[in-house]
Amino acid sequence: MDDSFACSFLATELDARSGIGSVIERLRAMGLPEVRAIEVQIALAEAVNNVVEHAYTDAAPGDVRIRCNLDADQLLINIHDAGLPMPGARLPEGKPADLTVPLEELPEGGYGWFLIRELTSDVQYESKSGNNQLSLRFEVSATST
Amino acid sequence: MCLTSTMTDSAQIVTVNAERIDAAIAIQFKEDMRSETENGASRVILDLSEVKFIDSSGLGAIVAAMKQLGSSRKLDLAGLSPMVDKVFRLTRMDTVFDLYASLNEATAVNNT
Repeated sequence: MDDSFACSFLATELDARSGIGSVIERLRAMGLPEVRAIEVQIALAEAVNNVVEHAYTDAAPGDVRIRCNLDADQLLINIHDAGLPMPGARLPEGKPADLTVPLEELPEGGYGWFLIRELTSDVQYESKSGNNQLSLRFEVSATST
Repeated sequence: MCLTSTMTDSAQIVTVNAERIDAAIAIQFKEDMRSETENGASRVILDLSEVKFIDSSGLGAIVAAMKQLGSSRKLDLAGLSPMVDKVFRLTRMDTVFDLYASLNEATAVNNT
């Protein structure tokens, strides 16, 4: 298999939900194994949430464009938006949260980038003249689970 | 989002009647959990059997729900789908919550 497709949707919570759903369905139909489909759904949802909540925060929601390329070994997903770049035009580190703290200090957020980093084999980010592109790479080889 | 609640002898079971706990409903979930567990038992079992998808916002909302209960009460999670289970284990939340594959397994443990 070696196939690609592109789609776009408005950067709102509800449009993002159905947009991600249809990307995942399409990847399943293209032969992405179920275990991988779950992992890709988790990472993609976090990445797109980030665009919805931060990139288009002050302006009217713009478009999120997604391009997927799946071959036998890996899946590459490019997520494109024209909103605000990430702070410092750099990716957050995504460090694991410290869960050994007392109950009342447990973090209620900040798990998103950690999930993205755990589930992908590579993450690249580029922000240039008002366009931001996040590239997520996943291993899909049938031998690893 | 809709929560329903049952009291047993040893625990309050709160069932999430939704397929998703995500950014769109995280705040509402936290508020609904607060009112649902206001006068509840010392052990609350959150039945997630119907939940097919959770994101980091939903995870944060469940952490918030546990914190609302305070340190004298316990929140256990039951009926985790493979996807939900994956998110909890990846973020090491299995060290914070007791996770049960089904509601039956959770209620079989008299864990107050």
